Amino acid sequence: MGDTAWAATSAAAVPARTVTARHSALVRVTHWITTLCFLALLVTGIEILISHPRFYWGEAGNVNTPALFKIPIPASRATVPTGYGYVMPDQNGWSRYLHFQAAWVAVLTGLLYVISILVSGHLRKDLLPGGADVSWRALSAAIAKNLRFQRPSEEEAWSYNLLQRLTYLFVIFVLFPLVIWTGLAMSPAIASVFPGAVSVLGGQQSARTIHFFVSVFLLLFLVVHIVMVCRAGLKNRMRAMITGRAGSDKELA
Amino acid sequence: MSNFSRRTLFTTGLAAAAGASGLAVAGGLAKRYGLIPPDSSGPYGPGETLTYAAQRVLTSHSMAREFPPSEISSPPFANEVAPLGDAFKRLQAGGFADWRLAVDGMVARPTLFSLAELKSYPSSDQITHLACEEGWSYIAEWKGVPLAHVLDRVGILPQAKYVVYFSIQQDWWDSIDMADALHPQTLIAYGMNGGELPVGNGGPLRLRVPRQLGYKNVKYITRLTVTDDLKRFGKGLGSASPEAGYAWYAGI
Repeated sequence: MGDTAWAATSAAAVPARTVTARHSALVRVTHWITTLCFLALLVTGIEILISHPRFYWGEAGNVNTPALFKIPIPASRATVPTGYGYVMPDQNGWSRYLHFQAAWVAVLTGLLYVISILVSGHLRKDLLPGGADVSWRALSAAIAKNLRFQRPSEEEAWSYNLLQRLTYLFVIFVLFPLVIWTGLAMSPAIASVFPGAVSVLGGQQSARTIHFFVSVFLLLFLVVHIVMVCRAGLKNRMRAMITGRAGSDKELA
Repeated sequence: MSNFSRRTLFTTGLAAAAGASGLAVAGGLAKRYGLIPPDSSGPYGPGETLTYAAQRVLTSHSMAREFPPSEISSPPFANEVAPLGDAFKRLQAGGFADWRLAVDGMVARPTLFSLAELKSYPSSDQITHLACEEGWSYIAEWKGVPLAHVLDRVGILPQAKYVVYFSIQQDWWDSIDMADALHPQTLIAYGMNGGELPVGNGGPLRLRVPRQLGYKNVKYITRLTVTDDLKRFGKGLGSASPEAGYAWYAGI
């Protein structure tokens, strides 16, 4: 880890048109493992959702109780009244197997990542906002810049701006822990060991509902992330996340 | 080769060797303490083994949450079952007076129990949550005789590792390990919400395993077999669920 230092943190030190180390090997490997896991969790999560596209609040909920809201799609179970008169094929078996397997890999990879960014200083240097620029003014300036589709200057492109830093921190330290917690809160065995972790969420059906919304936020992050990578230069950014190196040319900006 | 890449190669090799030997040791320990589920072969085996082993270590003595009567779902949802056969209908017509539960396998005294006998034993009540893998759930009051009590009466042999249970419905059977079989909340249930257990919810007899999902709670049970080896049942995957693509362990 320490060898492949985060060489490009000081923008001023980057001479034009050179190839510079951008992402450490551990960041790259964990990034792509997480990507694969996220896609597996997303597809299988949708498959599981299809078997009962109704959501509830509280401990219990079923077709005899009022739904908090419904997803207007046909279900993969004949017992769910969806109004479509069509039952989708049942994919829950392998979807559940793969969902939990991908969750294990994602959680272990995430732990490795969080420990490594703490140890290497990546968290402090590149993700935590520096004391000076945490203000509503700096944040709104960053948002305004994004909304005007202004490309960052070459200097700025080397480090994450305030909005990026806050987004990554929110995904890593809020959304991921919350999606793991609400997922585990649906487990009857886990609920028997940590009952408080379920009741504080409002119950097992509430956990399922929150799990759904956090997943939607994570999907939203993925879409925005891909759009931003394309705007910043897909080829160069992909090269940076695969090989670890990025050319300092115009495409990067 | 530069110093840097040689060192990387060395540390990567060392990490890989440590990881592989760590896995081997963990696998050996897991096997020794019965933490490998019967459906651990196949592409999802690693995930299943991690889930089962981790939850077994955590839940060895944990109790399923119990709720106040005000939380009971009304009306309770009865999931659909395959059409009940002639054998069931004949027994139903006789008020289930001739329903029998056979307990056999690794037991000192194989026994046939009638409903009346099961109801004469000390009963246990619980208001617990039943969740289906599909996502819905309900809370009900369950009444029955603890499975541990029945196993105690027949005298299980010390090498027993699992209890396999069969429904009167063909090809519907499942199994649990001794941690769940001897758990005080695991019931041979015959009552629900103050009355008889409705046929739709598994009456006259249903195995109630509150720390696992709905599909482990097999309806219309007629036979329990105590064993030390699940390989001898069906395709050897532990229950009918993995044969249909679902995990044997349903604690999550």
